[in-house]
Amino acid sequence: MMMPEKEEILTVNAVNVFYKDSRKGILKKNNQVHILKDISFSMKEGEILGLVGESGSGKSTLAKAILGLIPYEGEIKQSSSFPQMVFQDPYGSLNPAKKIGWSLEEPLKLRGGMDAPQRKQRVQQMLEMVGLDEKFAERYPNQLSGGQRQRICIAVALMQEPKLLIADEPVSALDVTIQAQILELFEKIHREMGLSILFISHDLRVVYQMCDRVMIMKDGQIVESGLVEEVYFHHQSNYTERLLKAAGIETN
Amino acid sequence: MKDRKKKNYNLIVGGTITGMTLLFVLIGMFYTPYDPNVMDASAKFAGISAKHLMGCDNFGRDILSRVMKGAGTTLGVAAGTVLIGTFFGVIVGAVTGYFGGILDEILMRINDAVFAFPSILLALVFISLLGSGTYQVVIALGIAFIPSFARIVRSEFIKYKNMDYIKNARLQGAGHLRIMFVHILPNTFTVLLSAIMIGFNNAVLAEAGMSFLGIGVQPPQASLGRMLSEAQSYLMRAPFYAIFPGVTIVLMVLGFSLLGDALKREE
Repeated sequence: MMMPEKEEILTVNAVNVFYKDSRKGILKKNNQVHILKDISFSMKEGEILGLVGESGSGKSTLAKAILGLIPYEGEIKQSSSFPQMVFQDPYGSLNPAKKIGWSLEEPLKLRGGMDAPQRKQRVQQMLEMVGLDEKFAERYPNQLSGGQRQRICIAVALMQEPKLLIADEPVSALDVTIQAQILELFEKIHREMGLSILFISHDLRVVYQMCDRVMIMKDGQIVESGLVEEVYFHHQSNYTERLLKAAGIETN
Repeated sequence: MKDRKKKNYNLIVGGTITGMTLLFVLIGMFYTPYDPNVMDASAKFAGISAKHLMGCDNFGRDILSRVMKGAGTTLGVAAGTVLIGTFFGVIVGAVTGYFGGILDEILMRINDAVFAFPSILLALVFISLLGSGTYQVVIALGIAFIPSFARIVRSEFIKYKNMDYIKNARLQGAGHLRIMFVHILPNTFTVLLSAIMIGFNNAVLAEAGMSFLGIGVQPPQASLGRMLSEAQSYLMRAPFYAIFPGVTIVLMVLGFSLLGDALKREE
């Protein structure tokens, strides 16, 4: 599926993340919780990499570390400029005080190099790309449904033409029919823009449908990784088997 | 449906009263029936008549003209106070709420200290330092009003700074100032607006109170509080002297209260 000479877009090397324990004791010093333990992996250009694990396994923390939103130890190398993110909750990821058009235009303004008519044109192109009418630019987020909002969030993330997109449970807050549409949209942008996507999910079925490779994460460690077919049907770890069984996926 | 009716009622009444007050003040800026500061010994304590609609005061000055000018002074002082309070309150609240940490700790403790004194008392202290006069009153009250705005803005900023769309803005490369004042601030407008309405009322009352005590606007300039203060010696002889400025203050505050209430419900 993948050509082997493809350039590596993201390399994560022995990354550790600690959180300070908020329940600080007087006698305890340096009370830290070890969230990510020696995470290493790499992502190739144009790849969709699934990241699976139950809540609290450190999936979102890893995403934040890659985005540079939290401090970490270790090395994270990226071949391109700023990666972008699509968040889980489409209701919290659009500024309610601003029109959709403004939210779409802001990334272009921040990057610079385009005048107002060019930006407007780009906004319209992007709205079309994510399957929405151009009059959505004049609306406020509270006039949109969850699915429409998530389309806008994807458009916002794509505005600066990132090479890497991190999607943190992008369909978990949506109902099933809308989920399918949004996943289709992800596939479309992957196809058309050659985007690499780190797809974080707890839904193994969604990951199977979407991803080339998958990593299984548990308690801050990657317990298994490889091509989706391999991991699903020839898994080495008991934890993977448990997850697959829980999802009702027949593995034999 | 019932709720909606009530909301409109507040908006209509509040808007009408405020509109009339503003119109009254606006006319007073360009035209008054008599010169508000000219004394006419023959008209001393003249009653309500076609010539003097609100009568005359102890120096024979036309009360209607003085109420028109005085309401303007009071309104101006209140507006200036709220402007200073909002401007610096927003800056302090935004910085403390957004950055948190030691800066927040220091600024908010100062804020608490200022907040602990009644604003009139605080303004009194400033007046004794700055001397009395209209501008000094504006500055003194303005400073006294900063903490209440700072608190409101701070709590709003704390609420919004961890939203996903703010993280998104950061990922796109927005700087702190841009995030604070372009991304977060517009979200606080509804709350800020009702705070401004309440602050405005408090400022009107504070100005009237200070002028009443004789440390606000200096004579012969008219202000509603000043007029009330002068009228109290003649309460029995010329009750209308106290009634008209008093009613104007009440209407002004009532109008803004109702309007503020209506806007809050509109949210």
